Amino acid sequence: MSAGEAVPRLTARQVTRRRRRESARRTWNEFRSHRSGVVGLGILVVFVLVALGAPLLADATGLKVTAATGGVLEAPSAEYWLGTDDNGRSVLTLLIWGARVSLFVGLLATAISMVIGTLVGVASGHFRGWPSSVLFRLTEWFLVIPFLPLAIVMASVLGASLINIVLVIGVTSWPGTALLIRAQTLSIEERPFLERARALGAGHWHQMSRHVLPNVMPMVFANTTLTVAIAILTETTLSFLGLGDPLRVSWGSMLDDAFGAGAITTGAWWFIIPPGICVILVVLSFTLIGRALEEIFNPRLRRGILDETSKPRRRERS
Amino acid sequence: MNGPLLEARELQVRFHAGRGKRPVRAVDGVDLAVGRGEIVALVGESGCGKTTLARTLLGLERPQDGTVLFDGAPLGYGSGDLKRYRRRAQLILQDPTGALNPRQTVYESVAEGLRIHRAVARKQREGIETSEVDLVSAALAKAGLRPPEGFFMTYPHELSGGQRQRVVIAGALALEPELLVADEPVSSLDASIRGEILALLLRLRDELGLTVLVVTHDLGLAWNIADRIAVMYLGRIVEVGSTEQVLQAPEHPYTQALLSVVPEVEEIEPVVLAGEPPDPSRIPDGCRFHPRCQALAGGAAEAAGVADRCISDPLPVIAAHGGHRAACWLAEARSPSSP
Repeated sequence: MSAGEAVPRLTARQVTRRRRRESARRTWNEFRSHRSGVVGLGILVVFVLVALGAPLLADATGLKVTAATGGVLEAPSAEYWLGTDDNGRSVLTLLIWGARVSLFVGLLATAISMVIGTLVGVASGHFRGWPSSVLFRLTEWFLVIPFLPLAIVMASVLGASLINIVLVIGVTSWPGTALLIRAQTLSIEERPFLERARALGAGHWHQMSRHVLPNVMPMVFANTTLTVAIAILTETTLSFLGLGDPLRVSWGSMLDDAFGAGAITTGAWWFIIPPGICVILVVLSFTLIGRALEEIFNPRLRRGILDETSKPRRRERS
Repeated sequence: MNGPLLEARELQVRFHAGRGKRPVRAVDGVDLAVGRGEIVALVGESGCGKTTLARTLLGLERPQDGTVLFDGAPLGYGSGDLKRYRRRAQLILQDPTGALNPRQTVYESVAEGLRIHRAVARKQREGIETSEVDLVSAALAKAGLRPPEGFFMTYPHELSGGQRQRVVIAGALALEPELLVADEPVSSLDASIRGEILALLLRLRDELGLTVLVVTHDLGLAWNIADRIAVMYLGRIVEVGSTEQVLQAPEHPYTQALLSVVPEVEEIEPVVLAGEPPDPSRIPDGCRFHPRCQALAGGAAEAAGVADRCISDPLPVIAAHGGHRAACWLAEARSPSSP
């Protein structure tokens, strides 16, 4: 500790904030050393910028069938870089606006799935006895139900709208997360600091929220990015099957339209390949990021914060 | 208020090992008293039930039989009762590295107990002007981490083993408990740090009047800090007395064997115990130590005429109160005056 570092009155909140900043910085530094993760992040940033800037990049009137300016299934030209669809709309415009729906559905569905999966996983790992078995059976039950038929049934019962698609994907994709988090929770429950917390008088809520959750959070985070990929694919699948929101263009509904318009047989590759490639790129970017995060956060895959010898003491910082 | 602070009466803790298996009798009838301001060492080999006994005394394990009395009142197992008890009795674990959450700073680890028990609000209600930062600083300083503010932002992995154990102790002290149960407090620390931590425990007893129960396998450690020693073997206390009595005139062959292998003790010929390590699901008949007893094997018991009793007659539980006692037929035969 240098003399210049005056550490006078720190409130508890300031201490916490500093700590968070510090750990975020450490994670970022480690993430930067994973080249594939950085590539994934780059791709993702491009797509997010495109989705956010859609109104600037392409006029929304280009989505209207009635306001279509091009011919039917025109090949790419200087005017229509990626050609037109069967209604004469620019495929590029559809692609740009489709990014919004795909990313929105992917992220929101993942958020739902993560919340359910983490709650169920932590609770079933923390409690003993019947609550744990009930939650575990529930997880297994959801896990063994064939996913796509369940999603199709739910989507047709609830009706086709964007929010319903989000709900369907969120509610059907949590069991994998729950199992992962449960396993992690069980291993954390055995650590002595939970015994110490119990001896200090901590209740279940305190133990779960203060000790288990912060220690499984990295796993949740890494798993999130992998789930986003699955959610986007599922959205594409459901839209392709005609269960998507009919009022909104997504990459999946573009593929569905292309299929319906016979783009495959007429050789209108510009209608099929761009949305397919976009789906693949976004899914790939999330997977690359997820892999990198997993490697950073999974204690078994790295020399981590539990291993004090591998890191220099940071007390001497100026 | 002259009774012992902590007392165990005929405590029994059994674990079910699974269907068709015998239950494991980890604590098999223990009477123990710890007086106020006293340091008592509970000594025994691995697996003898001393950690289970310590956890039971803290209410972390529920006994099947018997009672734990704290300050003369039996321990309640409702969540409110236990929470109140936690403010007065705290635990220090063996491995300070594992006992601290790696994602929490020292400040948060020490403040945890204060937050759980809303200690700051409680103090302010009593008219004491204080803040969480003040209480954490005071606890760290009491545990010998100075200046306390310099440790607020550090993580456990940035500290040495001794410093971590001090943080754990500070976390316990922050609640201003009356009783500390230390489960092997120094066995994972370097020899050079051990002395410091033990000196800290002694100082805390002197300055704060803390009562300490130290669980250890190391008789040498017990010798250094304890006022009284209780030797445990296979779920039961086999010898109890003041440190001088137990270590200078051990009566139980097991204590003698333990003492003979303490490196500092040179005048006794080391006794290496024969036989299997004990299995708490199969406690032998008679004296529970007899299959490994060097006095029985060496013929000393035969000479005193108690060998049959050693093999077949169970020994009574040693009473918590009173002087130096040993649960041994041979010891009893040699000193007929004792009950």
